[in-house]
This record gives sequence, C-alpha cells and structure tokens, in this order.
Amino acid sequence: MIQIKDLQFGYQKNKPLFKGLHLNLTKGHIYGLLGKNGAGKSTLLKNMAGLAYPQHGKCYFKGINVSGRPVAVLEDIYFLAEELFVPNLTPAQFVANTAYFYPRFNKADFYRYLSILDVDIDAIMDKQSFGQQKKAMIAFGLAANTGLLIMDEPTNGLDIPSKVQFRKLIASVLTEDRCIVISTHQVRDLDSLIDTLLILHNGEIIINQSIDEVQEKILFESYHDTQGLPVLYEETGPRGKNVILKNESGEYSKVDLELLFNAIIIGNQSVLQTLKASAHE
Amino acid sequence: MEFKDKDAIYLQIAAYVSENILLGKWLPEEKIPSTRDLAVDLEVNPNTVIRSYEFLQSQEVIVNRRGLGLFVATDGPEKIKAYRKERFIQQQLPEFFRNLYLLDIDIKDLQEMYNSYIRNIDQTAKNK
Repeated sequence: MIQIKDLQFGYQKNKPLFKGLHLNLTKGHIYGLLGKNGAGKSTLLKNMAGLAYPQHGKCYFKGINVSGRPVAVLEDIYFLAEELFVPNLTPAQFVANTAYFYPRFNKADFYRYLSILDVDIDAIMDKQSFGQQKKAMIAFGLAANTGLLIMDEPTNGLDIPSKVQFRKLIASVLTEDRCIVISTHQVRDLDSLIDTLLILHNGEIIINQSIDEVQEKILFESYHDTQGLPVLYEETGPRGKNVILKNESGEYSKVDLELLFNAIIIGNQSVLQTLKASAHE
Repeated sequence: MEFKDKDAIYLQIAAYVSENILLGKWLPEEKIPSTRDLAVDLEVNPNTVIRSYEFLQSQEVIVNRRGLGLFVATDGPEKIKAYRKERFIQQQLPEFFRNLYLLDIDIKDLQEMYNSYIRNIDQTAKNK
C-alpha cells in the first residue's frame, strides 16, 4: 500500500533527516511508529501523505507517486496531525464543508463515533478543550473511510475513558483493505492493537517487524540476578533487572516495547542482530 | 480483559472463548461474536482474534458456516475438554509426578485427598 524508496529529506540544507530511507507498508495492518523526539516521525508521515516533498526518492501510495498530490491519493488518505487546526464550526457544519473531499465518508459513523467519544455535536469545535478537539478530528478521520489512516500521537490529550474508546474504535475500523499507521510515545496505550512495529532511528527505519516475529525471536523477563544467562540487554528497575534474552526455547513473553525501544536506541547490536537474523530465515 | 504476560494473547483469547463455552454462556450450535465485535470488546487487533478463531477451528471447537459466521460446534465443550486434558497430561502431569516422586508421596494418600476434594466440591454444589 505504501512504498517509500530512497527517501531523502531535511528542513535545513546541510542537515538531512533521511538519507535514503526505505519502507513498505501493506494493507490489513496496524503499524506502530516509534522514534525519539526529533527522529523525524512526523516528517516521515508527512512525506507519506504528500504533505512534504522528498528532496530525492519517491513515496508511493497504491503505486501512485504522492508528491503530485493527485485526487486519487488525497481522497484515500486521512492524516491526523499532532497539532490540530479546527475551525470555528460545529461538527455538523464541518462535515457539510469538508466531508465531500472523502467519497467514502460515512456521516452516520461520524455521529456515532462522536457520541462514543463523548463529544458534543452542537458545540463550536475551536471553543472546546484540546482533548475534545482531538476526539472530534479522530471521529472525522475514522468516518472518512480512507484506505490509509495516519495518526500522529492520537492519544495525546485523551482522558482515560477516551483512550479505552479510542482502542475499541481502532479495533473496529481495521479491515483487510485498510492500513493504519500510528506514531506514538505512549506505547502502553496501544500495545495490544499494534501488530507491526516500526522504529525510526538515525534517519532509517531500523525495525519493521511483526510483534509475533519479535516474540518468536526474543524474550522479555525480570530477574534478581542475571549471572550466567544469555542476556542481550538489561536495565535495572525497582524490582530487579528487566532483561531481553534470545528466545531459544520457543517460549512466549509479552513484548515490553519500552525496554525494546531503549535497547535499539542505545544501539544494542545483539538485540538488533537477533531480530534481523529472524527476518532472513 | 487483563492479559497475562506468560501466554500468547491469541491463546489467552482462545481460552477466554473456551471458558465462555464451558460455562454455558455460549451454547453449542449458537453463533459467537464476530472477529470485529470480539476485537472491540477486548481492545485488541482484529488480526489477533482471527488467529484465536483459526486456532479454535483447527481444534474443532468452533465451526465456520459459510456466509453465516462462526458457531460453537455441537460437541464444542467436549472438544475443549479433550484438548485441555491432553495439555494437562503433557504439560502439568510430568511436573506433578516428579514432585510425588521427589517428596515420596504415596499414591494411596493422594487417592484419599482427591476423594475428599471431590466430596467437598459436591457439598458446596449442594449448599448453593
């Protein structure tokens, strides 16, 4: 669904953010994009949606180059930015003005999502709190029924019940023909929704792997003492050592995304190689 | 649903479905929730639920009726028990036997303990 080939991009002349980034995303999946502050997550998403132009290389959506912003692409992508612009309108007025850009927009779904997310349908949108604005735009984005749904930090500003509803809504809208990309720092908000993990680091996608595959290759455990264990990475926490081990026994453990992310960002080669080895088998 | 860290989520969901069948919440020949509905309920990726349902179909606990959805198999509860029995014998029993052996526990004492356990359960059931 998404193909990014040899992407080069930077905001300043001599400071390229991406120096030949490659990425393939397929439909029917929920991708979780992780990266440090300033790694370029939002910039990557903008390139994907045709909101920023690559200096070199191409971004394709269903085989079409997105940087020309053809209607066929724009009407089939919804991009929920982290910082929102909402107009001085009620949701109903907003839909009347905007929904026709999305041929598969479903009004009934929009109102249903608003009520599930507890957003007042008669209130002027830009007079609402940040969380309410965000939820209104989430409802709009889901109701747009686009093939690609990109969300940049969607759970920022959402209260606890809204996060629950958000997870339920995302679970309900994934179809075989849809691709959902969510960038987040709040990994615990989404960890049973994401099926494929993307990690952006030093201008490259260094991990693009299904959670299932990660679980097959490495184990996450806690120990008081790690002496003699085949440890790939460890962190000392309040209750002992949190450890990443090579999964040699075919056991199962829940992926600790924070621990894995730290290991990758620090540049732990043994974790990276253990994961990569799997990809070529 | 709270997921434990030690079992794959798709197996935990399969266990949850099995539990509902064994408890009689979902009866044989009855339709079970769609992939989407269960994913929404449990706030998980629908692909995970698909995997759980595929697993339960391979165990013949649930059956796919084309165009109608997924149903509890006529002998669904028996299939679950058979599967759990097999898993118990393979995975827990060796450990259990090992402890009997190591701790020198007589199988006759065990028989008595088991009998009194059963009596207890029957008694509790009667009192309800």
